[in-house]
Amino acid sequence: MDFLYKPWPWYVAGPIIGLSVPALLLLGNKKLGVSSTLRQICAACYPGNLSFLQYDWKKDSWNLFMVAGILIGGFLGGVVFANPEPVALAPATVAWLREQGLHQFDGLLPGELFQWQALFSLRGFLLMVVGGFMVGFGTRYARGCTSGHGIMGLSALQWPSLVATASFFGGGILFSYFVLPYILAL
Amino acid sequence: MKNLLYLTVGIVFGLALTKGEAISWFRIQEMFHFQSFHMYGIFMTAVPTGALSLWLLQKFHAKSADGQPIDAPHKPYHHGVIFGGLIFGFGWALTGACPGPLYAQVGAGYLVTLVTFASALAGTWVYARVYAYLPD
Repeated sequence: MDFLYKPWPWYVAGPIIGLSVPALLLLGNKKLGVSSTLRQICAACYPGNLSFLQYDWKKDSWNLFMVAGILIGGFLGGVVFANPEPVALAPATVAWLREQGLHQFDGLLPGELFQWQALFSLRGFLLMVVGGFMVGFGTRYARGCTSGHGIMGLSALQWPSLVATASFFGGGILFSYFVLPYILAL
Repeated sequence: MKNLLYLTVGIVFGLALTKGEAISWFRIQEMFHFQSFHMYGIFMTAVPTGALSLWLLQKFHAKSADGQPIDAPHKPYHHGVIFGGLIFGFGWALTGACPGPLYAQVGAGYLVTLVTFASALAGTWVYARVYAYLPD
């Protein structure tokens, strides 16, 4: 039981994440991909008159069950079997974040940044609202995310997925180094 | 019945993302600053696991439970993998969440990330509205 409460090392979490690829293929020749579920939900809830959202989303409803599972998995891992200790971050990361004015290092997300009142500050608005928008817009533009390109596409040795994954990381690295400090200082 | 199996795959996937701390905003910043091997270790074990499984399934002409031959996805190149990829990367650095963790962060009890999630839906919807005008 202790194992469930402790965070899992990379060599446990990584292979389990990778095994979702053969699990979905064996169940129904399905390709791992999470960002397409955002399109699915848009198509189901508010397609408007947009051709991009007018398709038979029910045909691919398997992935909505999968993401419902991810939500449950998050509840199990983050609430039921929550790690009581703070994330064991590299000291250099903690030092850098302290320099940016952060004080709280417990939990998976910094509570001082990700909270309801913060939504009404420019900083919180940029982190959650603008950030979330970019995740949804960018992944659809790239036709895949860390799972669809980064895991499934790379597993299938698709070079465009390597370009996509390099762009995800390149964008994130540039942003975290050069832009995030200004946002955290707001 | 089958959908329950997809749900189960999602539960295990979400649990591994969460217990592996891949949904942690802190871990994402640590990764982007190359200050720990942890997140890279997850990728460098997840991808070979997926690649080896796919290779074996194809080598032995495995069929899925519903009798379909298992095939690999084809991901053709388009410029969106760069433009969209960079935009997503910026958003990833802000939210600490790629789409899988968007769901897992909500499940893990960080209810304010429902806003992040709703905003990602809005981003997808706006893409659907404007994609014809974007370079692809």
